[in-house]
Amino acid sequence: MSPSVLENNALYQSIYSAINWVMPDFLDSIVGYAAAFAMVMLVANLVLVITPLFIWFERRILGRFQQRLGPNRWGPFGLLQPIADAIKLIIKEDIVPRGADRLVFNAAPVILFMPVMLMVAVIPFGTQFYLVDLNVAVLYIIAVGTLETIGIFMAGWASGNRYALMGAVRSVAMLVSYEVPLVMSLAAVLLWAGSMSLVEIVDKQPVPLILLQPLGFFVFIAATIAEMNRAPFDLIEAESEIVAGYHTEYSGMKFGVFQLAEFASVVVGAGFITAIFLKGAAGWSFLPSPAWFSLKWLAVIFCIIWIRATLPRVRVDQVMAFAWKFLLPLSAINLILVAVEMVIWPSPNGAQLWMIGLINFAVAAVAIAVLATALGHRNFAPRSPQIPTSTVVGEKVV
Amino acid sequence: MSVSSNPVTVNIGPQHPSTHGVFRLKVEFDGEEILDLEPVFGYLHRGTEKLAEERNYSQVITLTDRLDYTASMTNNQAYVLTCEKLGQIDVPERGLYLRVIAAELQRVAAHLMATGFLLQDMGAMGTPLMYCFRERERILELFEMLCGARITNSYMRIGGVFYDAPESFWPALRQFLAEMPEYIDEYESLMTGNEILLGRTKGVSSLSIEDIVNASISGPMLRAAGLSWDVRKSDPYDIYSSLDFEVPVGTQGDVYDRYWVRLQEMRQSLSLVEQCVSRIPQGPVRAEVPLIFRPPEGDAYVPIEAPKGELGFYIVSDGGISPYRCKIRAPSFINLTLLKEMLIGRKMADLVVILGSIDINMGEVDR
Amino acid sequence: MYGIGIAKGLLVTLRNLFRTPSTVQYPEERVEQHSRFRGQEFSWYEERCTGCASCAKYCPLGIIEIVTDPSQQAIQDGDKYAIEKFDIDIGRCMYCGLCVEACPYDALFMGSGFERARYTRDELFIPMEELKNATKRPSTWFRPQLEGKGYDPQSGQPLGWKDVGRHEAPDYEAMQRRWADR
Repeated sequence: MSPSVLENNALYQSIYSAINWVMPDFLDSIVGYAAAFAMVMLVANLVLVITPLFIWFERRILGRFQQRLGPNRWGPFGLLQPIADAIKLIIKEDIVPRGADRLVFNAAPVILFMPVMLMVAVIPFGTQFYLVDLNVAVLYIIAVGTLETIGIFMAGWASGNRYALMGAVRSVAMLVSYEVPLVMSLAAVLLWAGSMSLVEIVDKQPVPLILLQPLGFFVFIAATIAEMNRAPFDLIEAESEIVAGYHTEYSGMKFGVFQLAEFASVVVGAGFITAIFLKGAAGWSFLPSPAWFSLKWLAVIFCIIWIRATLPRVRVDQVMAFAWKFLLPLSAINLILVAVEMVIWPSPNGAQLWMIGLINFAVAAVAIAVLATALGHRNFAPRSPQIPTSTVVGEKVV
Repeated sequence: MSVSSNPVTVNIGPQHPSTHGVFRLKVEFDGEEILDLEPVFGYLHRGTEKLAEERNYSQVITLTDRLDYTASMTNNQAYVLTCEKLGQIDVPERGLYLRVIAAELQRVAAHLMATGFLLQDMGAMGTPLMYCFRERERILELFEMLCGARITNSYMRIGGVFYDAPESFWPALRQFLAEMPEYIDEYESLMTGNEILLGRTKGVSSLSIEDIVNASISGPMLRAAGLSWDVRKSDPYDIYSSLDFEVPVGTQGDVYDRYWVRLQEMRQSLSLVEQCVSRIPQGPVRAEVPLIFRPPEGDAYVPIEAPKGELGFYIVSDGGISPYRCKIRAPSFINLTLLKEMLIGRKMADLVVILGSIDINMGEVDR
Repeated sequence: MYGIGIAKGLLVTLRNLFRTPSTVQYPEERVEQHSRFRGQEFSWYEERCTGCASCAKYCPLGIIEIVTDPSQQAIQDGDKYAIEKFDIDIGRCMYCGLCVEACPYDALFMGSGFERARYTRDELFIPMEELKNATKRPSTWFRPQLEGKGYDPQSGQPLGWKDVGRHEAPDYEAMQRRWADR
């Protein structure tokens, strides 16, 4: 007896047969549930293991970008550093500030962490390696991903700290702004795939979708970085402005859970980018499909870290302007473009794919250049003052 | 529907990541916008001026190291120049050259630090800061060769410098001079054209020359506004009158111009050091001044161009072994005068960037 | 065209990714100190010190405490006072080196180490016994005679009191001839 949603899931089938072989006969009735539970444990723990590894990777790579080494003391290449950090956080004192709303304060880390783990369910890590092939996966991601902001706002509000409150307010403002271009760029993908299931979106890509919808990819990755609170849009925890943002008052493992959730959301977000725009786990057959997924995922992660290592943070009004004045028109252009192309070439063959790709790249370049020029004319034009040849000297002192 | 909002008072500092020390601002925010603010000073007050009255003239040199600890050399220079003026001491020429070399290297180091922290305040995740500190480290190593310490140098003495540079200093300095312009180019390509940086800095806290002059602000902040006023040109001390350099000026007086002026000043300082290295004469480096120095009665004020602005010591002597009064004109403190004009109406994020561009140092502000 | 500045910045960081890191791994590698480096442990040569207390007077913080005793015995031995106490409280020291500059007999030197960190302030106090018994690798700061010899305290041998003077110390015979046999 099996949960019906899992019937066609290859990962589930293999776990089921393994457990069925081990289990005594009289327990046949619960084998299905045991298998489902084992599968959930497997994937959930996979993310919990990958996240510390990603933290280590980020710190090492960021270190090399900055001409230092990064953590290299614990374990080979410092691989055990996240574990050491976790142990340190666990044995630290857990402080709840006097002005805090205790219940909300304690609940916030859990509420922040939950949606990240829920989102893992629909990522196709391999061609046959996913928890569930939900037919509304994209909708599910957007709906569940939005919950993160509730956790952040609860933490900021309950802390009774004004820095935390400012971080929380910024978080909500950014969510409201960036959800719109994010969804509109996803709409173009849905138009192309004709399905909301991530597995089907991966299958429907003749080439990685980044080659066909560069504009959509640009908007999506920018909006995702903003949703993940990563530099250059990390206003929520801008450490030079509002100290640590919403988790200023948190200490000990609660702070650790915040960090874990934040990095896990990057892991998951990069997974979505890989699945939606890089054709997920597909690749040549000399490597197994999860390996292809991991490689593409690593490339996305690297780009995110690279951007973080280079760019300064944007100001809060500029973040809003970037979302509403720049990304929203771009995503609209992308949506219209893809819709028109889908009408002209409903099922494109090789030459038509080339055509679509070229047109989309040209439109992307023109649209970005025109919009950036129109918006950035005032602010971004470089100015280089000149060194005067004849020096004007002020009045002599003394 | 109308939404009413109450202003929120936030204490920025004394412990805050980007107030550059223990500076405290009581800021009234309306959302993200600054309505009013009140700076609170004195958390790092160590009574340097009073301490100077208790110590003899040579011992005060060690106190000046700790004023602006990112630019100890120029602090030493300002102090010993004043003492030399009091005692009418002629410094051997090699000593003057060594002083200018040290002071200009210090200017590069201080500007590297200012630029790095400006970008850090802007949220660049430490990358420009690390690059800037990489080169600052080399300057500090040069200082270690000169005088055995990296930050609190106490290199200069009344009547020159404490000792001649070691042999190994000159090749290391030449190598540094050859490599540094490339690194400045690297900062420029990393930061100057970056659209986010331009958006964050241009038009932020523009000040007119009149305002700045009325508030007695000096240094890169003044030159960024467009007035070419540099103590090294207008009132040359040491050997600056015989050296050839330009004074870069900005046009708007905003954060971007301050950043740009600092970068250009680094290039000018390097050329100054190069000129000194090629011209430096042989000879003694220190005039014969007794350790217990007793200047005649009188007073003296000598301003110099420190990395942060005009730094001057006003010393009154009563003929004893220690100053009767030692007043320090600290540029960081006076450059904060227009804080309200710069900040009110700006956003929270601008606050830290503007503070970073003023390049304050609390050791000097609170003294 | 906007975006070029950002792209240039990205290239700069990418180039730095492939450079060797500029940091050193401290306990295993060390930054080489110059021989003039003003280190923590002072090198004090009892044999050279006359107890004149110039260093104590010249110290801006007054952290050197010297007690001397003009005992009969000491005067007979030579022209030296017996030094009963020579303590340095480096917990308040700022390593300016003015004491070394003041010493007329080349008896006090800056140290060359930088690892004398302790857990309590009391341990930062260097009593005379420790100064006497320490391995002395003096810094060449303000000591041209050491710098002229090319002495490097980081790698060189510890120096005894006869090696650190500004001129060769006269041997016992010469002293006898000069002072006692007259």
